Amino acid sequence: MVKRWVVIVTVALTLGSLYKLYPGWFRGDFSAGLTPALNLGLDLQGGTYLKYEVEVDQIPKDDNGKPKVDPREAVDRAIEIMRNRVDGMGLKEPLIQREGDRYVVVQLPGDKDPDRTQRTIGATAQLAFKLVSDAYKTTDYLDSAGNTRAPLPEGVELLHDRKTGEPMLVESRLLMTGDMLSDARVDFSSNQFGQPTIAFELTKDGEGLFASITEENVGRRLAIVLDGSVQSAPVIKGRIGGGRGIIEGQFTVDDAKDLALVLRSGALPAPLKVVNKYVVGPTLGADTIRSGFLAALFGTLAVLAYIGFYYRVSGLIADVALVFNLVFLLGALAGFGATLTLPGIAGIVLTMGMSVDSNVIIFERIREELKLGKTVRAAVDAGYLHAFWTIFDSHVTSLITALVLFQFGTGPIKGFAVTLSLGVSISMFTALFVSKAIFDARRASDNLSI
Amino acid sequence: MFSLIPNKTNIDFVGKRYIGFALSALLVLTGFYAMFLLATGQAKLGVDFGGGANLTVILKQPVEVQQLRKALGDAFQAADIQRVESGAIYLIRMRVPSGEAKDLDPIVQAVKDSVAKNLSPNTVVEGSVEFVGPAVQRQLWQSAAWAIAVSMLCILAYIAFRFDFRFGIGALIATLHDVLAVLGIMVVFRFEFSLLVVTALLTLAGYSLTDTVVVFDRIRENLKARRTEPMGKVVNDSINETLSRTINTSMATMVTVVVLFFYGGAVVHSFSLALILGIIVGTYSSIFVASPVVVEWNLRSPAKR
Repeated sequence: MVKRWVVIVTVALTLGSLYKLYPGWFRGDFSAGLTPALNLGLDLQGGTYLKYEVEVDQIPKDDNGKPKVDPREAVDRAIEIMRNRVDGMGLKEPLIQREGDRYVVVQLPGDKDPDRTQRTIGATAQLAFKLVSDAYKTTDYLDSAGNTRAPLPEGVELLHDRKTGEPMLVESRLLMTGDMLSDARVDFSSNQFGQPTIAFELTKDGEGLFASITEENVGRRLAIVLDGSVQSAPVIKGRIGGGRGIIEGQFTVDDAKDLALVLRSGALPAPLKVVNKYVVGPTLGADTIRSGFLAALFGTLAVLAYIGFYYRVSGLIADVALVFNLVFLLGALAGFGATLTLPGIAGIVLTMGMSVDSNVIIFERIREELKLGKTVRAAVDAGYLHAFWTIFDSHVTSLITALVLFQFGTGPIKGFAVTLSLGVSISMFTALFVSKAIFDARRASDNLSI
Repeated sequence: MFSLIPNKTNIDFVGKRYIGFALSALLVLTGFYAMFLLATGQAKLGVDFGGGANLTVILKQPVEVQQLRKALGDAFQAADIQRVESGAIYLIRMRVPSGEAKDLDPIVQAVKDSVAKNLSPNTVVEGSVEFVGPAVQRQLWQSAAWAIAVSMLCILAYIAFRFDFRFGIGALIATLHDVLAVLGIMVVFRFEFSLLVVTALLTLAGYSLTDTVVVFDRIRENLKARRTEPMGKVVNDSINETLSRTINTSMATMVTVVVLFFYGGAVVHSFSLALILGIIVGTYSSIFVASPVVVEWNLRSPAKR
């Protein structure tokens, strides 16, 4: 007798899998063709993976030597700021998450310009307004190669222009910081050559402060310092009220956009350091998909052919079960929204083999039972019965390692663990029950091709 | 009926177990030696464990690795350059001088410039980067060690729960034997030790039991039926009876792993190699290690049957 529950579960899983893999088909939309709705990992579709360490020991300290921001809070704030920057760059489906106590992982699938992304997300963006020193001359302290030849006077520091690298002596006194900024945008109107500049607006407090700074220092140069280098140093022509200002620089349009975004989203509470970086270009990703697909296709075909040849009709029955296994596995991946990686594909291929190995255990047992002179039906039943625990044991230990790998692995390895654990579980059902149901469905005959 | 193994074999596996023990001892020693090499930093490590950078560059037209190496010049003398079989894709593996990610951009730029200058009109179409810094490296070692320890303990617990004590020990020794043997071969023959290799080792630890159980089940069945015969003989007959199953059982998985090895691309190369070795060693150990260990133990201190 065919077990009714096996048939019901098989039909339900098949429909469910197809629905998850090809949702379009069920709405009458066949434009996706045979491409299943699976999330692809960065290694397959290209993109950027960055793991940052928030350097919490570099959070500015207060007078008592305590960090001004609680380290935990600093990481949270950094994540929020990074999220704003990523959103501002218009990247799709970004993933930003905390890892451990001070690490942040950023995953950007389909990122086209990884260098620019990294510069923008990771910029500390500490903006400072300082005065260029008029009491000391650069040439008195630097030789022609740009090396210091005399100790710098008290209260003065040496900074360089961001673009030209020109050295500048700047008063260390901090007049105003980026905290006072309320907005920053790219502006084309203020420069007579139509070059992009950055127009910023100040908060109420900032407005008053900026007005008094400019009033007191007319005729001097104001250095606008970003992350330790001078962005521009315009001469103050008069008091600036109204809380608006302009940062000039020889920006490209993209540079200006990124800088405005960074200023708008605010300064990070502490600098970031890249500790792990993984960038895959789209061409390499496509190549990886190709080899993964080929391996999966040839692997599955080889297994189908092998077992079909070795066990003839019984082998074909195992083949049918194997195809169900593959469909269910892909369906489960789509259903859980799991991400497919190259090791994940390897996991799928491996599961195909393991699943068929289960059938080998069963079939070899059936052969033995037949040799003992049992009838076909009795031999098949005995084969499945005796093989059950053997298969169960080896699958449970495989599942144990897969789950451990899931717990400890990262990225691609996790993808492998997911496909392996799903595959191993599903193959228990297809190899033991689906193939048995097909045997049971055959007319009782005295011949079995095995 | 098609079969790879003749129907009735009668090979004296148990009697010749010392040959197997000697070979296994050698394999296990290789495994320990590999652990020593790993611990003292003498093994060849992938960037994930060793730190540094992997650059992958795609050129417009394929060139020989030697040509590329020459074009890149002195700065890349120490780098490991490898061509991916399917075209103009090259893997360049190297240490990053100060272990900082920001040092990567000039390196990538240098590759682009050198190719444009020395291999003109060939150019770099696309560059991909993988960088692993010291902090992540330490974390990886830790989590790999944890993963191995935890999964081994869980497998041990499961085996202890499912089998009688002596069979459990036999299965456990066979599992450890397989993992150590493959680790030994991979490290001693200087295949890159990466996170994927660790993954393969754990996978085969889980898989190793598959054909061991096939033999054990038969031994247990036969021991019940043939109470009066010496254990060695019963075990040997059981191994012979299940020989075809033991060997065939891993064949389908073997087929898929071999395909992965040839078509899966450079990333899963050492992963699939480790699995191929693991399946071979696993089949060997279920015949020559797992059951003979049980026999040997019984000869020295007979258990009640």
